Amino acid sequence: MAFLQISDIGIRFAANAPAVLVNVSLPIERGDYVSIIGHSGCGKSTLLNIVAGLLRATDGGVILDGREVNSPGPDRAVVFQNHSLLPWLTCRENISLAVDQVLSGTKSRRQRAAWVDENLELVRMMPHADKRPNEISGGMKQRIGIARALAMQPKVLLLDEPFGALDALTRAHLQDQVMDIHRRLGTTVMMITHDVDEAVLLSDRIVMLTNGPESTIGEILTVDLPRPRDRLALAQDPRFLAARAAVMRFLYARHRNPAEAA
Amino acid sequence: MRGTPTSTVFSQATATPVAPSGLVAARLRSASLAALRRLRHEALQAVPLIVMLAILLGVWQIATHGPGATLPSPVKIWAQSHDLILHPFYDHGGLDKGLGWHLFASLQRVFVGFALAGSVGVALGMLVGTSNIAMRGLDPIFQVLRTVPPLAWLPLSLAAFRDAQPSAIFVIFITAIWPVIINTAVGVRNVPQDYRNVALVIRLRGPKFFTKIVLPSAAPYIFTGLRIGIGLSWLAIVAAEMLIGGVGIGFFIWDAWNSSNISDIIVALIYVGLVGFVLDRIVAFAGRLATRGVQAS
Repeated sequence: MAFLQISDIGIRFAANAPAVLVNVSLPIERGDYVSIIGHSGCGKSTLLNIVAGLLRATDGGVILDGREVNSPGPDRAVVFQNHSLLPWLTCRENISLAVDQVLSGTKSRRQRAAWVDENLELVRMMPHADKRPNEISGGMKQRIGIARALAMQPKVLLLDEPFGALDALTRAHLQDQVMDIHRRLGTTVMMITHDVDEAVLLSDRIVMLTNGPESTIGEILTVDLPRPRDRLALAQDPRFLAARAAVMRFLYARHRNPAEAA
Repeated sequence: MRGTPTSTVFSQATATPVAPSGLVAARLRSASLAALRRLRHEALQAVPLIVMLAILLGVWQIATHGPGATLPSPVKIWAQSHDLILHPFYDHGGLDKGLGWHLFASLQRVFVGFALAGSVGVALGMLVGTSNIAMRGLDPIFQVLRTVPPLAWLPLSLAAFRDAQPSAIFVIFITAIWPVIINTAVGVRNVPQDYRNVALVIRLRGPKFFTKIVLPSAAPYIFTGLRIGIGLSWLAIVAAEMLIGGVGIGFFIWDAWNSSNISDIIVALIYVGLVGFVLDRIVAFAGRLATRGVQAS
């Protein structure tokens, strides 16, 4: 059994409503970077929320490291799309709230403070550690969100369109940082995205969902590009272009956005 | 900091290489210049208000200076009541005290009643906000009781307490508590799902969830309730004191009416307005301190 095993997931929000997801099965190995891509409304965030334990699947289940997932927990830290930092706490306090809550059993007070600093350092937010979220930019907020998630020492890092609300330059910068962190820490990552380039650049595998309702996995593409990856070099790389074209074909030729088709 | 544009100009000036002592002097000079500018800016801001006050006083003077006028003119008020304005803290024994003492007595009552209303109101609001059963049981009762005018409670509280002081405090309490309860409950119910999700992921539960997430998230609502509450308290205290007597600004106004001292009433009204304004600002300021960052997110 895989490190993170998603087995036959199905979910419907009301008994007589059509299912949002059906028969989603996906094994994810330790250290894998897996992206879930699909048009809006295909249930990709729903899938992530099931793995996070924030939603209960109607059918099937999720097993992480030999344990069934049935409630939220810090072993599946989420980076939310809208960062979800607590606005009344500084950046450092946002991280230490999580660290003090999650790691109080294993680390002393001083170790926890040092660990918070280490994670601030990791996302290069040390200079802004004592600012509140409304005093920093969107990209910085998302970096704190990532640091908070990583500081919980999760088994899986769940990224819910983490770069969706950012401008293109900030997004590229943050993608590079996440790639770097993934390479150095060997974190297992499951990321929701609707950006094809982002998916190809970051992922080991890209899971493409069909359109909802009753969406399921349409295709899985393995991206065999060596790491570390460099966005400039890859822009000309035929393997990158081929992978990009494959995802585009799936999204725009075979499964057009239902909103556009209507 | 809004003042930075000017200060950067000055810091550029000080950045030119001069002897260390000259540098310090230049910094001092630039600091005092900046302060002066700020002062002038503030003074200019106050000009419209001063003009408006002058016009109002002028109109008032013209309207009331004739022999048939029922209300005193500003000049006459000054002639009759300037003692009251200049010496707020005289004490001639009995009830013949300066306005300051009357206001102080009223403020004491408001303070006690409002403190009670604030603590009980926040607690009840949290209960109604978190428990659906409490909501169904209590909310309809609150919705009915909150429409009862403050003074309607006075006879009842006099009957219950048989003393003026606790009765007045009770009226303040019962006036101020409703907006506090209702706003707190709304704040607690409106904790964004994002924050709840964060709490779920890090497994923050029970009292810790309450103090770390719910309270700070609801704080802006709570302070809105407190601010409405303090305003209502101040409205109610004057009316209540007119009825119960003793020391207090409400009684002072009533007493002045009974001795046909209209000038004193007008001076007292201005004081009541200013104190009410200050009370509102104090609670607003406390709210801003306690909710740094929350509204602006």
